[in-house]
Amino acid sequence: MAENVIEVKEVEKTYYRDRMPIPVLRGLSLAVPEGDFVALMGPSGSGKTTLLNLIAGIDRPDKGRIIVAGTDLGTLPEGQLAKWRSRHIGFVFQFYNLLPVLTASGNVELPLLLTKLSKKERRDHVRAALELVGLGDRMSHSPRQLSGGQEQRVAIARALVTDPTVIVADEPTGDLDKQSATEILDLLGRLNKEFHKTVVMVTHDPRAAERARVVHHLDKGELD
Amino acid sequence: MGLLLSYSLRNLAARRMTAAFTVIGMGLVVFVFAAVLMLAHGLERTLVSTGSSDNIIVTREAATSETVSILGRDQAGVVKTEPEIAVGPDAKALTASEIVVLISASKRSNGDAANVVIRGTGPEAFTLRQDIKLKAGRMFAPGTSEVVAGRSVAKNFEGCGLGENVRFAGRVWNVVGVFDAGGSGFDSELWGDAEQVQQAFRRPIFSSVTARLRDPGSFDAMKRRLEADPRLTVEVEREREYYEKQSRATASFIRVIGLAVTILFSMGAMIGAMITMYAAVASRTTEIATLRALGFTRFTVLRVFLAEAFLLGTLGGVLGLVAASFLSLVSVSTTNWDTFSELAFSFSVSPGIIIGSLIFAVLMGVIGGFLPAVRAARADIVNSLRKA
Repeated sequence: MAENVIEVKEVEKTYYRDRMPIPVLRGLSLAVPEGDFVALMGPSGSGKTTLLNLIAGIDRPDKGRIIVAGTDLGTLPEGQLAKWRSRHIGFVFQFYNLLPVLTASGNVELPLLLTKLSKKERRDHVRAALELVGLGDRMSHSPRQLSGGQEQRVAIARALVTDPTVIVADEPTGDLDKQSATEILDLLGRLNKEFHKTVVMVTHDPRAAERARVVHHLDKGELD
Repeated sequence: MGLLLSYSLRNLAARRMTAAFTVIGMGLVVFVFAAVLMLAHGLERTLVSTGSSDNIIVTREAATSETVSILGRDQAGVVKTEPEIAVGPDAKALTASEIVVLISASKRSNGDAANVVIRGTGPEAFTLRQDIKLKAGRMFAPGTSEVVAGRSVAKNFEGCGLGENVRFAGRVWNVVGVFDAGGSGFDSELWGDAEQVQQAFRRPIFSSVTARLRDPGSFDAMKRRLEADPRLTVEVEREREYYEKQSRATASFIRVIGLAVTILFSMGAMIGAMITMYAAVASRTTEIATLRALGFTRFTVLRVFLAEAFLLGTLGGVLGLVAASFLSLVSVSTTNWDTFSELAFSFSVSPGIIIGSLIFAVLMGVIGGFLPAVRAARADIVNSLRKA
């Protein structure tokens, strides 16, 4: 068995709404081996997205430890955590979250600005990533000129262009028609199989969950 | 980072209406700011160019200007014989003993009365001040009630044009010539024969003696000797410094009042920039959170939004300066508070004014954009993403 690339240990997280505590995660533990494809399922409010955010290092737990790619995220201050994210995490969002004023290639280039690559190297990486998602001919299109499925593919190109350790996807097919959803899931599957990327995906869609090697069900902040 | 700068630029372009109004608002303030400085600078330049650095001017001790200076004929006579004074082609010392009096004349534009300087002088006045050229008519004849008018006076005051008559000191004076003093203070004067002016005003004295030095380096020695001379109660200054001093009160007045008003205006423009930038931040919550999730630091986000505010300010500055540059074509006249006479001058721009106005514009943008940028940088990633 491969080494665990993600280890979540006894994590608790509580949100407050109008000073009312809403416990989201209650002592949850999870381990994901390197190269795995994990789907997190569960009803709304079960804490799937919270767990994903914690793994991705954009949120911090109240208690417990999260170790991703060998780093205990609790030990990193804000600035270093941002740097860590740029190196280890690729994000795929439900609503793609492309910057509307930049072209497809501009969007994919963004995370590369945080690396030491030269302009030419960045351009080569962007081209390779967009060709991988089948949009080599749409480099200079703006997000508005693309369909939802194409936008999500640009987002996947953006997520993989820095060659991250883990790809986190929050409902990546939630806003797409069946055809586009299948394409996106195929793509994520390819990243996992061909490029051995660890993928953690939150989804409601049972067809999406089928693609995963492991499906975890969350309910009321605990794994079933 | 070229891409982030183009991101800022394109965001401004995407909100071009709001951005344009903000830029216009800031442009107007910069316009006023630059106009005030150009006005003060124009006034200074006019008066400074009035003097020549080779000339000295002798007035009564402690007199703040020629209009309040009195030199007796005997004192003027002593000054004229000093050895440092240059000699003209006609073998005479290059000096002019002049009497300066203020008269009230009516402006052509609205009939209002304003003070005009009458300078009683001699033909040497033109030899001493070689930049001044007669541009129409002829020189006044000595011993007659004839005057020549500076071109601003000829243009702006009733009875002062070529061939017209102006009445003062109980006489009618014929304007027989118009001279061009190159935009200097002399353009706002009437020149006549010194003896005639003295008689008409019943003032048998001079106001000043202007002289060309043989060697400008001998100024200090001459000043020391004349001011210590027991026969004289005079002050000796270089002509250029004398006129520079004349511009001080009015130029500072314009600057202080003008800049105080502009700074109040600028608060409005800053609030405008702030509203624009707050709107920009609010409408891009998700974008900001996405950038942060991708690994951009709070500091980078702060910089991106400050860059946008900076661009707004710069555009406003350029717009305001372009508009203000047209003011160079406008000539205005005002009372010079040091001499109480009317002085015509133009708005004048200088590299310092351009740089100062641009800095002012950028500061307005950046100060206005600072709080919104801080809000953008502090936004919580998770909350912002949830709003998507």
